[in-house]
Amino acid sequence: MNGVSAWQIFVWVALPYLALGIFVVGHIWRWRYDQFGWTSRSTQLQERRLLKWGAPIFHYGTFAAIGGHVIGVLIPETWTRAIGIPEPVYHWFSAAAGTLAAVLIIIGVVILAGRRLLVPRVRATTSTVDYVTLILLLLVIATGIVPTVFVNLLGHGYDYRTTVALWFRGLFSGSPDVRAIATAPIVYQVHAAAAWLIWALWPFSRLVHAWSAPVWYLWRPYIVYRSRVATPPAEPGTSGRRWRKIGVPY
Amino acid sequence: MRVMAQVAMVMNLDKCIGCHTCSVTCKQTWTNRPGTEYVYFNNVETKPGAGYPRRYEDQEQWNGGWTLDRKGRLQLRAGGRARRLLSIFYNPNLPTIDDYGDPWTYDYETLIDAPPGKLTPSAHSISALTGRDMRVRWGSNWEDDLAGGPESAAADPNLAGLGEQVKLAFEQVFMFYLPRICEHCLNPSCVASCPSGAMYKREEDGIVLVDQDRCRGWRFCVSGCPYKKVYFNHRTGKAEKCTLCFPRIESGQPTICSETCVGRLRYLGLMLYDADKVTAAAATTDPRGLYEAQLSVFLDPDDPRVRAAAAAQGIPADWLEAARRSPVYALIARHKVALPLHPEYRTLPMVWYIPPLSPVADTVSAAGYDADDPDQVFAAIDALRVPADYLASLFTAGDAGPVRRVLRTLMAVRTVMRARQLGTGDAVPAGLAAAAGASMADLDDLYRLLAIAKYDERFVIPPAHAEDAGRLMAQHEQLFCAQPGGPDDFHPPSGEAFRDDAGRLHLGLSPRSGS
Repeated sequence: MNGVSAWQIFVWVALPYLALGIFVVGHIWRWRYDQFGWTSRSTQLQERRLLKWGAPIFHYGTFAAIGGHVIGVLIPETWTRAIGIPEPVYHWFSAAAGTLAAVLIIIGVVILAGRRLLVPRVRATTSTVDYVTLILLLLVIATGIVPTVFVNLLGHGYDYRTTVALWFRGLFSGSPDVRAIATAPIVYQVHAAAAWLIWALWPFSRLVHAWSAPVWYLWRPYIVYRSRVATPPAEPGTSGRRWRKIGVPY
Repeated sequence: MRVMAQVAMVMNLDKCIGCHTCSVTCKQTWTNRPGTEYVYFNNVETKPGAGYPRRYEDQEQWNGGWTLDRKGRLQLRAGGRARRLLSIFYNPNLPTIDDYGDPWTYDYETLIDAPPGKLTPSAHSISALTGRDMRVRWGSNWEDDLAGGPESAAADPNLAGLGEQVKLAFEQVFMFYLPRICEHCLNPSCVASCPSGAMYKREEDGIVLVDQDRCRGWRFCVSGCPYKKVYFNHRTGKAEKCTLCFPRIESGQPTICSETCVGRLRYLGLMLYDADKVTAAAATTDPRGLYEAQLSVFLDPDDPRVRAAAAAQGIPADWLEAARRSPVYALIARHKVALPLHPEYRTLPMVWYIPPLSPVADTVSAAGYDADDPDQVFAAIDALRVPADYLASLFTAGDAGPVRRVLRTLMAVRTVMRARQLGTGDAVPAGLAAAAGASMADLDDLYRLLAIAKYDERFVIPPAHAEDAGRLMAQHEQLFCAQPGGPDDFHPPSGEAFRDDAGRLHLGLSPRSGS
């Protein structure tokens, strides 16, 4: 590819595929060997007053942001044009809805991160992978909010749907447009690269609880009965995380 | 009729001396790990008292258990399914660690490592959550033996219906212990609250368990259980609860709390019940009818139709025999001296209690009555409205009738046996048993159960039928552990397999080498 450095190939092609591979294999591994560690790791027992506001605001804000990314990055601009949404309308919608989501996420993440770092009882439960996840999340959130608010809402706007989105969708069709992302503003680049790191980290962090959203609960019978079934013990060395001994840190 | 078997427990509160041996042995067995410092699968509360966690019985505050909706249908008190899923990020009904008491240990190292000095070093209390110094404010037995007096005991939600004056007079004379484990309910609201479907009731023996691999830590079971007997392990992020010591029960042994109970007040045995009637019973309109409704769910193991149906539905012959001999069935259904704890929660609990008589009798003597004269004693039990009302708010949703009936029966047993021991049997009024609603044979049987019953009579637990599990285990050991030079020197079955009279399969195992 002309005019594309090896570094750019690494960041915009190798890293995403590597992250996707780790994401898939990591989840299979974790599901098979560490169901016991698969949990939302709630700290409501230790602290409830801040969580009451922080957790719902952050999660609902995140849902809004995820929806915005589906509309803005996964759905091609030609499709929204085809159903009669002109670019300015889309732009204003994305700026306004994106800003709303951004505000929710900022409020939520400030409460939650502050709580995690400053409330001793919560901080004591925080493991290394939690800190790494938190730092990456803060980076992605910051680099996501800055362009949404300062470029799209207050500034002149930037049509990421013709650059970032093209590259992103290209990854899934096997022909990522490296030049498209390489010419995007640095803030979008950091946002995308950090996001891929999060995908790679996902299976090894508490983020896995997202896949356990218990929607099935809406339909299942209230009382669950199970028969005592003989289960052969796990093969040696494959039982994953178990009860910790006294004195062993998280 | 869908016959199901349940391992149930009855505790005779008259005999509890509040020694906490059950709590200690339970904790040593199950919850002596980080993350479960504050977890007591078994705890002993002093009543009246706020309980553990504090005021857990106040469902106006915690919204545990079931309630009836406007159309009289059974519904979780915390709301419907969608409402729960929407509040999954913050559970409004979850107690915090301060409601249980911040678990603590002491800085024992200081006692040893402190440098020479004028002052004797002391061990500070340290929070088990943070490792920091802390002030101890509340814990599982903070109000043991009415410690804290009226200020602390007044927080008991069961006192809510009783007047202020009554409360004070009451506290001066009345106190008893209430050991609590998971109720292993017929209609468990914790199971219904679990969004992951990780909690379940075992079909064979009714034990309610948490699948540790499927629990995702959504923590609705903790708030859904009105008895607050599901706990959140703050280390693993998963729910844990009393297991009724299922590995022991499966091998025919009593739970560790029962085994080690100093007062021998616990009884374990099978109850047969009709699973088709459970929901209707739990939806009984009047909460005061729930005790009778639950009684109507139980099946008589001596009834030939029940036995036929049970056998047809795969309940093993030795289990049916055990159900017949069940001391729990005798106390709950035949003599009706055991009562459920807080039936108004509509979970149909399966750990029942014989209400305490002794404090009543003490009060009777103090009031100048002759405790040996049953007429006067019966009258005194009726006159002592306060304890009866208090017990009723614990055991019968406020209906003092059944409580008074049970106390009369217990008093009749005591009077008759005392007269017999002293050789003054003629002095017992003729109509005494009848007045208590029992025959003399009943009183004899009750005396035997309550005062004499040895280990084998108190614990009638048929071992689980785990023949297939045993085979799988054997295969496993052959595969992984019994290789030459492997960790286990396993010998495959070599003797003849045979069935015993109870229909259980015995595999003839050859003895281990060297043993």
